[in-house]
Amino acid sequence: MTKSLKKTISVAAAAFMCMSLAACGSSAPAPAATEAPAADTTAAPAETKAASGGNIKVGIINNDPNESGYRTANDKDLKAKFTAENGYDAQFAYSLKNDEQITAATKFIQDEVDYLLLSAADTAGWDSVLQDAKNAGVKVILFDRTIDADPSLYEASIVSDMDKEGKTAVEWLKGQNLSEYNIIHIQGVMGSAAQKGRSGALIDEAAASGWNILTSQTAEWNAEKAEQIVKSQIDSGAKFNVIYAENDDMAKGAVAALDKANISHGVGKDVIVMGFDCNKWALEELLNKNWNYDGQCNPFQAQYLDDVIKKLQNGETISEKTIIMEEKGFDASTITQEDVDKYGI
Amino acid sequence: MKNFLKKLVGMQFFIPIAALLLLALFNLIADPSFFRITLGQNSNGDPVLSGYLITILDYGSELAILAIGMTLVTAATGGQDISVGAGIAIAGSVILKMLCGSNTRPTELQMPIMLAFFIAVLVSIAFSCFNGVLVAYFNIQPMVATLILFTAGRSIAAWINNNELPIISSECSRSFSYFGNFIPGIPIPTPVFIVAITIVIIMLLLKFTTLKLYTQSVGINPKSSRLNGLNPELIKITAFAILGVCVAISGLIKVSRLSTINYSVIAKDIEMDAILAVALGGNALSGGKFSTWGSILGAYVIQFLTTTLYKLNVSSDALPAYKAVVIIILVVASSATVREKVGRFFKELSSGNASAPGAGKGGVKA
Repeated sequence: MTKSLKKTISVAAAAFMCMSLAACGSSAPAPAATEAPAADTTAAPAETKAASGGNIKVGIINNDPNESGYRTANDKDLKAKFTAENGYDAQFAYSLKNDEQITAATKFIQDEVDYLLLSAADTAGWDSVLQDAKNAGVKVILFDRTIDADPSLYEASIVSDMDKEGKTAVEWLKGQNLSEYNIIHIQGVMGSAAQKGRSGALIDEAAASGWNILTSQTAEWNAEKAEQIVKSQIDSGAKFNVIYAENDDMAKGAVAALDKANISHGVGKDVIVMGFDCNKWALEELLNKNWNYDGQCNPFQAQYLDDVIKKLQNGETISEKTIIMEEKGFDASTITQEDVDKYGI
Repeated sequence: MKNFLKKLVGMQFFIPIAALLLLALFNLIADPSFFRITLGQNSNGDPVLSGYLITILDYGSELAILAIGMTLVTAATGGQDISVGAGIAIAGSVILKMLCGSNTRPTELQMPIMLAFFIAVLVSIAFSCFNGVLVAYFNIQPMVATLILFTAGRSIAAWINNNELPIISSECSRSFSYFGNFIPGIPIPTPVFIVAITIVIIMLLLKFTTLKLYTQSVGINPKSSRLNGLNPELIKITAFAILGVCVAISGLIKVSRLSTINYSVIAKDIEMDAILAVALGGNALSGGKFSTWGSILGAYVIQFLTTTLYKLNVSSDALPAYKAVVIIILVVASSATVREKVGRFFKELSSGNASAPGAGKGGVKA
């Protein structure tokens, strides 16, 4: 019995190791830079390296691109920007687990990268490794997600303002001037930043303007669950005229439930459908006037990162540590094919 | 009477049926309109039945199908497959890849839907047999063996379609959405028929072959089964292969519902619900004797509970807590220990009354 247990554990351990190896293996080794290993990493490395004309070495730690359409677009954007043509020598590491990300960060620091770009899986646990980075003269820039660490440990943090996303959407909804607001509110995974920001704006405005929220339930970003939540409201005979779904998938699920019950939705129809994230297929739904609104969650951070790095390379200082990206909200009555192509992820 | 009670409590279906009745009773008291079924139309103008009971039958389908396969795996190996959710992602991804080819927005399907489904079944069986081989030949605990696919499955699913999200529009193929929704002219959701067909096939298989007997004997004692001329490895792998078929069927329903896929959330956490369904059905999770009907009922109990909670508009923060309380009660009540104790209690009651000592004997026999 104990023997088989031991066996089990050892095999499990082996399996885990294989998996973590595979995860590290996916970090594509970039073409080797021609520059000589910098001996002067600690003493103002930026200027000397820029002067030496070599590529800027960056280590990029991101979440798994398969996580969502957002992450896929984010990864594509970074890969397109940080190329040898643009003067970068980039290495990528992906993981959804904080400890694996920290391991990758340690490795990048040992590889003597100039910049460490980080989208942390978890907010906690980064202090010591970022201190190591600082001591080694590696500059850290956060993107997409913030961490709980002393701001002196990183140069800048490029993030979405989820509260603002929610507010933009709610402002738009307010601007529709409906005679009454009966809202089905479909939430994302409870406690996630996107959920908090997008829920908060709606709940505040509903309280202030006397909107009626029939139900606020979490579908955990899942289309099928959203479909069931809306179906449940339809089955109960409730009357509603707005669906506020906190991402596109859930809006799609909600629309499937409406279609089954022959309830019309979209521009000038019975129910207003709102989604977030601007997936390409969702914007196409807007273009076809089946939905009414889609809020952007901007995954295109590479340009912002590039700007920050250029500034640092030129010896400029970053005045504002937290850089909030511009994010739009699209209205089905004004969206164009151009918008779909440009902003669809 | 007491003897009857004891028998009733001892029955394997007692807990899932009692749970269903209790939930039904609760809803009847809370709001009798729960049981209303109406005939309406969908946006295509086809007749559809709607109402909470239809919703439960409809959305419980995937879970019921998975529960059948999970029961067999549980019985044969004394462990559970936790990779079924990832398996559904893979099967769904394969179906869409086959139908769409390299174009994520096809204007026409690349092959008949049934052929694509058949390929997905084969792929699904292959993955399941991989699990089966790890369990049967390498004696790895099933939960650990299937942890590999649990972790990697959704990435594999994304990789199959190059991380693109294929969408089969209604202009491209109307019939693809039939499997997860309605066939025009038939007001009952198609998944209900798919479940019925699956159940009939599996029941025939269990009734007219020795599969059930062999699975149970392997589950109870693989060594003595071997001494009796059975091949435990083959039986275990067969159980996994059948689960693979169930996974592919669920995958077809899932991708058909919305005509697309989201690799990271499709059928998320469904493995846990499937295992729970098996447990609620009164099956021992350590393997051996089993009842597929119990698990199927268990699956609908879970869906009944989910739908009830949605209906009550329980706030999102509190939802898991409510669910947990109900599940704890159900699982404790359905555990063999509690059932045995309750059974003994009734037996003592009847013999304690001492009106008829035969009653006690009858109880032992039963």
